[in-house]
Amino acid sequence: MDVFADALLVLARWDVLIALLVGSIGGVAIGAIPGVGPAVAIAILLPATFSLDPIVGLTVLLGIYGSSMYGGSIPAILINTPGTAVNALTTYDGFPMTLRGEGRRALSLAYSASFFGGIFSVVCLILLAPLLAKVAPMFGSREIFLAALLGILLVVVAHKGQMLIAGALSGFGILLGTVGLEPVKYTRRFTFDQSWLAGGIDLIVVVLGLFALSQAFLLLTMDDEKIRITKSRGSLFQGFRELARHPRVAAISASFGVLMGMIPGVGEFTAQFMSYTSARKLSKTPEAFGHGSSEGLIASETANNAVPGAAMIPLLALGIPGEALTAMMLSVFYVHNVVPGPGLFAFQMDFIVALYLALLILNVLVVVFLLISTGWLVYLTKIPNRFLGVCILLLSFVGVYSIRNSGVDCAIAAVFGLIGYVLKRLNLPIVPIVLGMVLGGIMEVKLRAAMNRVKTPIDFIDRPIAFLLFCIIVVICVSTLWRVWREWTPVDRRKPGKKASARFAKRLAGRHTRHFDDRLKIQRRTRRYDHLGS
Amino acid sequence: MSQEADLSPKTRGAGQVVFVLAALILSLLLLSQIRSQTAWVDGTKLTAQPRFWPSVALITMVLGFGMHAWRMTRRRPNRTDWVELRRWAEPLEYALWFMGFVWLVPLVGFLPMSIAFSVALTWRVGYRSGLMTGLAVVFAATVVVVFKGLLGVKIPGAAIYEYLPGALRSFFILYL
Repeated sequence: MDVFADALLVLARWDVLIALLVGSIGGVAIGAIPGVGPAVAIAILLPATFSLDPIVGLTVLLGIYGSSMYGGSIPAILINTPGTAVNALTTYDGFPMTLRGEGRRALSLAYSASFFGGIFSVVCLILLAPLLAKVAPMFGSREIFLAALLGILLVVVAHKGQMLIAGALSGFGILLGTVGLEPVKYTRRFTFDQSWLAGGIDLIVVVLGLFALSQAFLLLTMDDEKIRITKSRGSLFQGFRELARHPRVAAISASFGVLMGMIPGVGEFTAQFMSYTSARKLSKTPEAFGHGSSEGLIASETANNAVPGAAMIPLLALGIPGEALTAMMLSVFYVHNVVPGPGLFAFQMDFIVALYLALLILNVLVVVFLLISTGWLVYLTKIPNRFLGVCILLLSFVGVYSIRNSGVDCAIAAVFGLIGYVLKRLNLPIVPIVLGMVLGGIMEVKLRAAMNRVKTPIDFIDRPIAFLLFCIIVVICVSTLWRVWREWTPVDRRKPGKKASARFAKRLAGRHTRHFDDRLKIQRRTRRYDHLGS
Repeated sequence: MSQEADLSPKTRGAGQVVFVLAALILSLLLLSQIRSQTAWVDGTKLTAQPRFWPSVALITMVLGFGMHAWRMTRRRPNRTDWVELRRWAEPLEYALWFMGFVWLVPLVGFLPMSIAFSVALTWRVGYRSGLMTGLAVVFAATVVVVFKGLLGVKIPGAAIYEYLPGALRSFFILYL
């Protein structure tokens, strides 16, 4: 109870309250603009938060992280374009509901499901905190090394169909982290006798280049899209009543979100997909999924909003970020000499509970804000792409240049911006590079420390948690190899061409079918998942 | 198409072979430099060697890109790849705009340069109406006021501000 009171004291400051407001409203607005996304926003804001208190800076970033998915559901439902990458599944049932004239009902359902997911995950975190406080000190160097290795492995495995290249890109991330003066023996690594490389490559510069600058380049070279917003009926409050009629779907989806969020490297996509699949299996009307099913919408929105809170667990308890956004947040801790890990739970529990409470308040603020402002938030989707690119380019400058007023940093960020642009054009993932860079550094330090106390290889896994992690790693490796062996297909095999009979039928049907054909084409284009800057 | 298939990201075909082969060659080149660019310290365990992690990273890169290249059905670039390569060159212009902005801010100042940059680039990308120009000015001024004025991010005052009279000079250096 004392901890709770202390946490409330931490939060009862005007700067934290402003941070909560800015984070929640800013996050919703950012989520509602397709083409920006929380990664770009967090990358840009990161250096600005360094001058703030850790709790204030983290509240802003957490606010953007948690609330952007709420905002992302607006374009996903109304214009069939996910505002953030994790709203991809929302388009499946949200957009068909809009086509039926039930856009407001779909939005209301998405908000209420997101709210339930967010609150569920925070409650789980608060209940789990005492357990985490007991388990976290059992993680020594070797356990943290194995957990980081597991994180990298899961990031690679999670990119099904792109595993080889995801592995190579995480290797690239690890290499970037090693450039510069090595901290123990003081030898130079891959500096090519260049003094500007001796200090290493800054994570934030890379992140800003890969996420923000690349997105600016992408938007600047894009055409604008005509966006038509259809009118819809219904109340924005009816979703809460409807959600109450599907408690099982909501509870299962939120549980998937919390579980997947806790595992490093897995994240929203797996949570969303698993909850959607299980909701379809459990449903009495599985055929409605993908055609405007309220259960489908609840499953996807509940799961993705339950993840941000849970994703803080490996970060706070072990200092291991599970995905790119928490990797960026890790740098806020380091800048303020707050070392996330077992010590944080032992000595700064009030700080952790304050973060959880901030997340709780944030969810309430976001829903209230959305219920009031959905009408005008819709118009954010109309911002022209190339103008958005100009804005992101200007903001990226603030992000990079404010770190240490270095033109070299800006040049490095521009190079990574170009690399990110190419990766996005090819629809290749960026997250493995960032996680490789962060987790590679952790693995190097922890393996060196662990090996000092190890005489034989078996000693490395002679503690229960180390052994458990080792077993999980082995199981994942073996099962992945087995799956790959069974599904062996060339990586760039194209879809088979259309059959001549289909082309002939289309020609026979004539120009009257063109309208439906165009609409299908639009749906196919926007529905297909891509990394969307994640 | 199943939802699972929809949700699995597909690597674009055009340009893939060029990217993978270039990345593989770069990885091999870096791996060949490992002896000269990293040190081996005698009497130190393998895992504590400065060379250990760069080697792990480079071997992962070579294996990853190499196996991807080996699994591809087409390993020779064709016309679509070269078209895509030209698309990759398009953002170079904006990267130069960005670097020009970086170079000019310490000379001209954050506020004047931000307004000039945002208006000029807005005009360059095709928005030439008064409304868009006005929006560009408002956006640039807001960024400067919020980030430098309110949040106090570290962006130094410009050389040109030195010519301003006393109090105004300090104000410009501190907040704009």
